[in-house]
Amino acid sequence: MPAVSKGDGMRGLAVFISDIRNCKSKEAEIKRINKELANIRSKFKGDKALDGYSKKKYVCKLLFIFLLGHDIDFGHMEAVNLLSSNKYTEKQIGYLFISVLVNSNSELIRLINNAIKNDLSSRNPTFMCLALHCIANVGSREMAEAFAGEIPRILVAGDTMDSVKQSAALCLLRLYKTSPDLVLMGEWTSRVVHLLNDQHMGVVTAAISLITCLSQKNPDEFKTCVSLAVSRLSRIVSSASTDLQDYTYYFVPAPWLSCKLLRLLQCYPPPEDGAVKGRLVECLETILNKAQEPPKSKKVQHSNAKNAILFEAISLIIHYDSEPNLLVRACNQLGQFLQHRETNLRYLALESMCTLASSEFSHEAVKTHIETVINALKTERDVSVRQRAADLLYAMCDRSNAKQIVAEMLSYLETADYSIREEMVLKVAILAEKYAVDYSWYVDTILNLIRIAGDYVSEEVWYRVIQIVINRDDVQGYAAKTVFEALQAPACHENMVKVGGYILGEFGNLIAGDPRSSPLVQFNLLHSKFHLCSVPTRALLLSAYIKFINLFPETKSTIQEVLRSDSQIRNSDVELQQRAVEYLKLSSIASTDVLATVLEEMPPFPERESSILAKLKKKKGPGAVSVNELEEGKREGELNGGGERGGDNSGIAASNASTPSPSADLLGLRTVPPVTAAAPSAGSLLVDVFSEAGVNDDGFLRDLEPPTESSDSLLAEGSGDSDSAPPSAVSEDPAPPLPESNELLNKFVCKNNGVLFENQLLQIGIKSEYRQNLGRMYLFYGNKTSVQFVTFTTTVTCPGELQSQLNVQTKTVEPLIEGGAQVQQVINIECLTDFLDAPLLNIKFRYGGALQNLTLKLPVTINKFFQPTEMASHDFFQRWKQLSQPQQEAQKIFKANHAMDTEVLKAKLLGLGMALLENVDPNPENFVCAGVIQTKAQQVGSLLRLEPNAQAQMYRLTLRSSKDTVSQRLCELLAEQF
Amino acid sequence: MIKAILIFNNHGKPRLSKFYEHYTEDTEQQIIRETFHLVSKRDENVCNFLEGGLLIGGSENKLIYRHYATLYFVFCVDSSESELGILDLIQVFVETLDKCFENVCELDLIFHMDKVHNILAEMVMGGMVLETNMSEIITQAEAQTKMEKSETFIFQCPRQDR
Repeated sequence: MPAVSKGDGMRGLAVFISDIRNCKSKEAEIKRINKELANIRSKFKGDKALDGYSKKKYVCKLLFIFLLGHDIDFGHMEAVNLLSSNKYTEKQIGYLFISVLVNSNSELIRLINNAIKNDLSSRNPTFMCLALHCIANVGSREMAEAFAGEIPRILVAGDTMDSVKQSAALCLLRLYKTSPDLVLMGEWTSRVVHLLNDQHMGVVTAAISLITCLSQKNPDEFKTCVSLAVSRLSRIVSSASTDLQDYTYYFVPAPWLSCKLLRLLQCYPPPEDGAVKGRLVECLETILNKAQEPPKSKKVQHSNAKNAILFEAISLIIHYDSEPNLLVRACNQLGQFLQHRETNLRYLALESMCTLASSEFSHEAVKTHIETVINALKTERDVSVRQRAADLLYAMCDRSNAKQIVAEMLSYLETADYSIREEMVLKVAILAEKYAVDYSWYVDTILNLIRIAGDYVSEEVWYRVIQIVINRDDVQGYAAKTVFEALQAPACHENMVKVGGYILGEFGNLIAGDPRSSPLVQFNLLHSKFHLCSVPTRALLLSAYIKFINLFPETKSTIQEVLRSDSQIRNSDVELQQRAVEYLKLSSIASTDVLATVLEEMPPFPERESSILAKLKKKKGPGAVSVNELEEGKREGELNGGGERGGDNSGIAASNASTPSPSADLLGLRTVPPVTAAAPSAGSLLVDVFSEAGVNDDGFLRDLEPPTESSDSLLAEGSGDSDSAPPSAVSEDPAPPLPESNELLNKFVCKNNGVLFENQLLQIGIKSEYRQNLGRMYLFYGNKTSVQFVTFTTTVTCPGELQSQLNVQTKTVEPLIEGGAQVQQVINIECLTDFLDAPLLNIKFRYGGALQNLTLKLPVTINKFFQPTEMASHDFFQRWKQLSQPQQEAQKIFKANHAMDTEVLKAKLLGLGMALLENVDPNPENFVCAGVIQTKAQQVGSLLRLEPNAQAQMYRLTLRSSKDTVSQRLCELLAEQF
Repeated sequence: MIKAILIFNNHGKPRLSKFYEHYTEDTEQQIIRETFHLVSKRDENVCNFLEGGLLIGGSENKLIYRHYATLYFVFCVDSSESELGILDLIQVFVETLDKCFENVCELDLIFHMDKVHNILAEMVMGGMVLETNMSEIITQAEAQTKMEKSETFIFQCPRQDR
C-alpha cells in the first residue's frame, strides 16, 4: 500500500495549485496569488470561526505560496492555533508552517512554547515527536531556556519510545549548538554515551551526532565513547551483509552509522588501551580489505556506500598518522581511485590525498602519483575535479619536484577556468618562492605568471617579487635583465610594466653596461609603455624616471624633456602632475650628492609573513591553509639558507601593510627614516618639499590603519606577548631584550640607517653618523596605529661593564605620540674604550590602556668607530707581520650565508668602516682592509683579510689588532655578515 | 551538518526548500536561484560534489546533488558530512518518496508538499540525520497517513470547497 494515497488531499488546494500552474505569465501568477491571499485573509479575519480542516487547507496554500518565493506576513496566529488542536493532521500542519515560516526571534515563540510543553507531556509519541521537531527546527534561545532541562530526561528515560529518543537526541544537539550554556550534560553524560550501545540502530544514528558534537567541545568528559564506538564499529564491520536487516544498504551493513562512528573517532587521538587499539586497527584493515573484494552488486549505490566507509576510514588513518603500514595501504588504495571511471571517486581520492601528502609517512608514496595527478589537471572534464588536482599538486610539492609542478601549473593556467585562476596564481607564486633554490628561477616563474595570467596576478604577488629582488642582492642583475627582455614584447601586461619600472628604476644600472640595454634604451622601452598604462602605473614610472636621472646622468636631459612636456606637467591627474613638477624641479636644482641621497637604493624590506600566503588563506577560508604550512615555510626557509633573511625566510616577509604602495615609496622616504620638519640633516629641505607635497601621503594613510591584521607580522610575535597580555600582566620593569634583538643588531653592523624594529604598533627607524670616537644616532618612533600612545618613555642603559666603556646621553622624547605620527630622539654616544656588548633600549608606552614594554639592542658596535686607513701593499704586510702574536689574531672559517658576489662583499666591507685596500693581496679574490678604532682611551689598529672559496662556498676571515679583545669581537660580528 | 535541502526542477522552479539555518525569505530565494545556476550548468557524468555558492558560505560548504529526470535534489552540507554518505542519503530519500507515492513524479511533490516535508522530517531533523533505514521511515509515514485517514473519515463533511 502506498503511504500516500493520491486524490484524498484537499480539493481546494489542488485546484489552487492547478490554477497557478496554468498561469501563462508571471503577471497572471502574481494576480492569482494575490487573489488567493486576499481570500485567505478575509477568511481568517471573518466573523465565522473556521473549522480545523479549513484552517489546515489555508495554511497549506500559504506554504505553497511561500515556496514560490512570496512573502507571507499573516497566518502565523492561525498556525499557532492549530498546534493546540487534538487532531493529528491539524497539529501537524501547524507545526509544519511554524518550522518553515517562523524564525527564532518571533514574538509568537511564547505561545508556541506553551503548545510544545503540552505536547511533550502528552505521552503520545507522535505528538512528542512533532514538538521535538519543532524545537529542533526553530532552536531559539527562549526554547532552550524552556526545554533544555526537560529533553535530556526524555532522552535517557527507560520508557521512552525509540522514535522519541531519536528526536530527543537531535533536538538536544540543536539546543546545545544554539545555547551551549543552557544545556548542562553533567549527570547525563555517561547515560548519553551509553546510547552508543542501544539496541535500536536508529537511536545510535541520532545519538552519535549528539555525542560527536559534545565530544568536540568536551573531549575529556566524553572520552569513554572511544571504546564504545570501536566495539560498535567492529560489530558492524564484521557482520554479514544480512545481519543488520533494514540497516543494510545495497549489501553494505549500516554505512551511514559506520561513517559517523569513524568521524567520532577522529575527535580523539589513537586509543591508549592496547586491546581497543588492536580491535580498531583490525576494523580498519577489514575495511581496506573489503574495498578490494569484488562488488556484491553492480549498482552504483553499492560501491558508493562501501567507499563512503572506506574514505572515512582513510581519514581516520590520516588523522592518527601513526600507522605507517595503514597509511601506505591507504595511499595505494587512493592511487587506484585516481584512475577510476567514477568521477566522484577520482574527486574524493584527490581530496583525501591532499591530507595524506602532509604526513611524513606517506608523503613519498603520494609523490609517486604525480604523473596521474598532472594528467588529471590536463584532462578532467569537471572543473571541481581539476581544482582538487591543483590542490593536490600544491600539497605534494617539495624541493624535489617543485620545478616540474610549477611548470605544469603554469602551463595549465593558460587554459584554466576563470573561476580558479586567481587561486592558481597565488599557489604558483607561493611554491615558486618557497622552493626557490636559485632566485633567478623564482624571478622567471613570476614573470611568466604575469605574462600568462596578468589579469589574475594580484598586487600581493608583484609586490612580493619586488620585495624579494630588493632583499636579495644576488638576483638583482638577473631580474633587471629578465624584465628588460620581457618588456620587449609588443604587448605586455600592465603588471609587467609595474615590475619592470620598479626594477629598472632600482637596478637598471646593473645591465646598463651592455649597449643593447643602455640607459637610454631602457628608458625608451619603459616610456613606450607609458601611454597605455593606468594612472598608478604612470606614477610609478615617473618615479622610475627620476631614479634614472640619478643612476644615469646622461639620460637627464631626455627625461627632463619628457617631464616638461604638457602631457606630464599639465596632466589633469593631480598626482601625475605633482610628480612631474616636483621631479623636474628636483632634477634641476639638487646637486648630484643630494640627488644620490634622496634617490638612494631601497633598503631591504622587513621580514614578515608573505602577504600572498595571507591572501590565499583569506580566499580559502580559515583552516584551509594550516598553520603547519606557515611553519613548514619557515623550516624550508632555513634549509634555504637565506642568510641575512635568517630563519624566517620564505613564507615570511614584508606583508601587505608594509608593502610599498608604488606611488609612495619608491623614493625610500618611508624606510630610510622619514625626516620630519624638525630633522636637522642636510637633506631635510628637500624632503620637506616632498612631505608637504604629499608624496608620502600613501605611506601615512597606511600607517593610520588600525592594527587589526592579526596574521600581519611574525616579527611582532616576539613582542606579541606584551601586545596581547592584559595590562596588569605586563611588568613595569624593563622587559628582557627581544629574542631577535641580536639578529636585528647584526643587520646594522655594516650599515648606519634603516628600520631597526617593526611590529603592528610601532616602527623604529634609525639614522646614525660617527666621527672619531663620537657618534650621534637619530631614532624615529612611528606610531602605526590610529590611536595615540601615551606615557611613551625610552631609556638607554649600558649593562655591566659597558657602563665604563660607553658614555651614552639621550634626550627625552615627548610622552605622547599621536596616531600616525612620528617622534624623533637624539642619542649621543662616546666611546671610552673598546667594548663587546650593545646598549639596551627599553621602550614603554600605553596603547589603548595596555602597557607595552619592549627592549632592543641599540646597534652600536665597535666597528662604528673605525677610521679607514689607506696603505700600500708593502705597509700592509709589514704591519700584518707586526701583529703576529697568537692572541692578536682571531680567525673563523664559515659557510657562506649569501651568494658570493664580489660587489656585495665590497659594499659590506666598506660599510664596516675600514678602508678596502685594492691590489694588496696577491690573490685578487681576497679582500684586505685596514682601519683604526678610535676610542677615548686609545687607538686600536686593525687589519682584516677575507678569503672566499667559491667552490666550497666558504670563507676564511682573519683579523689582527693591537688589542686581542677587539680582534675577537670584530671576528664574531663579521662572521654573521657574509 | 546539513545546511539546506533543496529540490527544484530543470527550469529552476523550487519544489521543496528546507533550510536548517536561518536566512531571510529573500536570501533563501536567492540561494535557491544561485544553487540552481551552479548545478544546472554542469554536464551529466561529472562528479556530484561542488563548492557551495557564496550566499550559503562558499567553499566552507559543499553542494551534493543528484539529478533525477526532471528534478534536482541538492543537499548543502558542511565539512563534517561524508560526501558519499550524503549521496546515499539522497538516494534513500528518493526511494522512500518513490515507495510512498508509487512512482513518484514532480507533480506528487507539488500537490503533496506537506507529505514530502513530513517524510523528510522522518529522515533529517535540525540539520542532522535522524534515520536512514528506509522501511522505518516508510512505516512512520504510513502511520501518519492512517491517522489522517481516520480523522478525515470522521471530520470531513461534504462541502463547497474553495
